[in-house]
Amino acid sequence: MGLGIGLGHYLTVAAILFTLGVFGIFLNRKNIIVILMSVELILLGVNLNLVAFSAELNDLQGQVFALFILTVAAAEAAIGLAVLVIFFRNRGTIAVEDANMMKG
Amino acid sequence: MTLPLFFFYVFSAVAIASAAMVVASRNPVHAVMFLILAFFNAAGLFMLAGAEFLALILIVVYVGAVAVLFLFVVMMLDVDFASLRSGMLQYAPIGVVVGIVLLLELLLVAGSFVVSPEAAGSSALPISEGMDNTRALGTVLYTRYVFLFQGAGAVLLVAMIGAIVLTLRHKPNVKRQDAIKQVARRPSETMQVVKVKSGQGL
Repeated sequence: MGLGIGLGHYLTVAAILFTLGVFGIFLNRKNIIVILMSVELILLGVNLNLVAFSAELNDLQGQVFALFILTVAAAEAAIGLAVLVIFFRNRGTIAVEDANMMKG
Repeated sequence: MTLPLFFFYVFSAVAIASAAMVVASRNPVHAVMFLILAFFNAAGLFMLAGAEFLALILIVVYVGAVAVLFLFVVMMLDVDFASLRSGMLQYAPIGVVVGIVLLLELLLVAGSFVVSPEAAGSSALPISEGMDNTRALGTVLYTRYVFLFQGAGAVLLVAMIGAIVLTLRHKPNVKRQDAIKQVARRPSETMQVVKVKSGQGL
């Protein structure tokens, strides 16, 4: 990496992003849309870790993995939002506590 | 302070601030906008780490597709977001406790982390200096990781089909073109020759 930026810098930023995502799930536990956005933030933190290690260890594998995580995250967002749309169509709400039809 | 380090601090500060705003903002449209800002700055961080292709893919895929998808859904659903925010601070203390514990653990690992000298020298796919990032990624993606690459494509295809199947609905009272029905029409079913006697009419 060089140029004064160390691995620790990247790991710190990624850890803060990850923690903010987890905190967002706790804070907005009624709103599925913001929960999905928090999951995206968590995945972004993980990707940042992979890219940082890839640069530090001079290994391309980390970037390949980050690319696959990006793919899965995009698919997850699409499916999650589609489920959200049909849930809203059927129930007229997106509040998490109203999702109790299966008595889980 | 070198210029890359300065930009690293700028990108990471804006990324963290906008991530905090995603979590805390009152209006979900604002939250999506801050998510886009966070992705842009994360792309800057990727660029600083030398992952140029991933940085631009992050902008294209996340900002261009995922965030806009979020924006569509937020604007399409007529949701009373104010009621969803009631009792928000009820769970904030436990969220803060879990968040701080998690952050401290992660920072502890990140701070005391040492790469062993053997691991540093034995990378499976060394990044060569002469080859640019996109070409290097393509070279391994289509050879060594071709099955994973196809699998990722299959995941995206399944997600696309799943999203369409989930959200497609047929309204009962809408007239649509039915090509099979049209082609299967026979003159005998639809036409009738009537002999009309002159002067009588029908």
